[in-house]
Amino acid sequence: MKKYRFFQHTADAKFQAYGQTLEEAFQHAALAVASLMWNWKRIDQKTEVPVQVDGRDLKQLLVNFLEEILYLLDTRSFLLSQVENIAIRRKNSLYILQAIFKGDEYSSDYEISGDVKAITYNEMVIRENAPCMVQVVADI
Amino acid sequence: MELKKINEYTWEIPKHGDMKVPAIVYASEALLQSIRRDLTLPQAKNVACLRGIQRKAYVMPDAHQGYGFPIGGVAAFDMDEGVISPGGVGYDINCGVRLLRTDFMEKDVLEKRKLLLEGIFREVPAGVGKGGTTRLSRRVLEEVCTKGAEWAVNNGYGTRDDLLKTEENGRMKEADPSFLSKRAVERGIPQLGTLGAGNHFLEIQKVSEIYDKEVAGVFGIHSLGQIMIMIHCGSRGFGHQVASDYIRNMENKFGIRGLPDRELINAPIRSNLGTQYYKSMSAAVNFAFANRQMIAHWVRDVFSKIMGSSKGMDQVYDVCHNVAKFEQHDIEGKMKEVCIHRKGATRSFGPGRKEIPEAYRAVGQPVLIPGSMGTASYILVGTSEAERISFGSTAHGAGRVMSRHEALRRFRGEAIKQELEQKGIELRSTSWKGVAEEAPQAYKDVDEVVRISHKAGIGRLVAKVVPMGVMKG
Repeated sequence: MKKYRFFQHTADAKFQAYGQTLEEAFQHAALAVASLMWNWKRIDQKTEVPVQVDGRDLKQLLVNFLEEILYLLDTRSFLLSQVENIAIRRKNSLYILQAIFKGDEYSSDYEISGDVKAITYNEMVIRENAPCMVQVVADI
Repeated sequence: MELKKINEYTWEIPKHGDMKVPAIVYASEALLQSIRRDLTLPQAKNVACLRGIQRKAYVMPDAHQGYGFPIGGVAAFDMDEGVISPGGVGYDINCGVRLLRTDFMEKDVLEKRKLLLEGIFREVPAGVGKGGTTRLSRRVLEEVCTKGAEWAVNNGYGTRDDLLKTEENGRMKEADPSFLSKRAVERGIPQLGTLGAGNHFLEIQKVSEIYDKEVAGVFGIHSLGQIMIMIHCGSRGFGHQVASDYIRNMENKFGIRGLPDRELINAPIRSNLGTQYYKSMSAAVNFAFANRQMIAHWVRDVFSKIMGSSKGMDQVYDVCHNVAKFEQHDIEGKMKEVCIHRKGATRSFGPGRKEIPEAYRAVGQPVLIPGSMGTASYILVGTSEAERISFGSTAHGAGRVMSRHEALRRFRGEAIKQELEQKGIELRSTSWKGVAEEAPQAYKDVDEVVRISHKAGIGRLVAKVVPMGVMKG
């Protein structure tokens, strides 16, 4: 199964990410966002960053999760290579996601380009039943 | 969506369904074709449904689909009944354009433009994920947020005259950093004084046409071949975080039921959350003014070193094209304060408005419209007609017609650099991929956008500039 696929969208970057589970689809969505700025396959897995986000619904959870990539890039120059141990659970009225980001700090050995300004709710779709799918438009 | 033709350049979405007012689109048949291809018009309709909207919702000639509001969307709201929406400003708060004039001519810089571009490339940090050379403390960041470009001038970047020639004099007084999230502050600290990436650029340009000699003269533009500097960037990750934070805060407070689009989330202007967003957004506006102020200073430094002097490198103007503000506008024959949102639109005030620098008040405000990388950019002048028919607003740029993904599939960065070199344009970028993604062919025809602005009367043509050297993030 393909991890993710981009679609024609005039101004922004629209993609779908797939997985047997919702966790896997979220994981692949993170790789799709990274792919807009660097080739995640070429980033060394030297650093681990534990990530925890929450959301009032799955869409907010997905936005908050993917925004974490942008936040870590801006504040720690962290380039994501892989997402591991991702788990989503419900606690009262909140969804909580935990995961480990693996990657490396930016150096001039890596080519990065483009700018993802934000993850938007525009045209967002989440299919919770297997095969799971999330559709996201990133503001670039 | 059904459109009623008003005249050759004006179209109306008549009031229907939940719309509180009609929506007006300024476009030619050609531009309308591309506007119709995406969700621009349904999004304009959604805006027209919001509480307290005044007169009409407006769509500029370069409009395309956004999130919540379309890009190129303008709407004003009653201060008591109306709302403020982060999606009506956009993620890149105070993305904008600064233009410097010079006394140099094409022949003066032709031989040295490579050196100049190299110099600028060294001095101005750019590219995604790269921080600036100025590492701030939290306290200093707060001062930047409060004072904007004034902070930069106080710290040796540029002159008082620059402030006079900046929208809002480079400082929105309502800014208050106390409502910023920790994450926004963290993202702001490393990014002040950076150009960024994506569609942002810095260009050494030459004047290639003057349409209105008198007004051009007032703006300091006298001759064909005169060298200009254009800087296009915004508030970087700091502004993006402010937008995301307040979309989330408003969702959590008000819920999303009944919203046709989640980024239309909004708060009453005078509510706590509305006020906090406005003050935080103003802080991001100020951050972006300071950012462009610092970059302009470094460019002058490089010219000083290489050309021997930066004399005459005065600021023409600095405009925001993603912002919300409280402004006075004519509502049913009476001037009243409204909360105007310009998302991908430039203020375009005509003669006499007190917001315009004194030096320009007799002719109107300079409107700076950047093209895409390697294409022409334009200087327009605001009009009284714009105040009457678009809340004093016009277009903001070219606007994409092709996704970055598609551009990457079709173009190669190296080939584009060669193409530009054949046209006499030098290019420096942090990434080939970035160059391909920003290929000029991926954008709308900026010439057509400004022509419609001129014809519709919402911003009159003054001069055209073309690049000699381009720096991309």
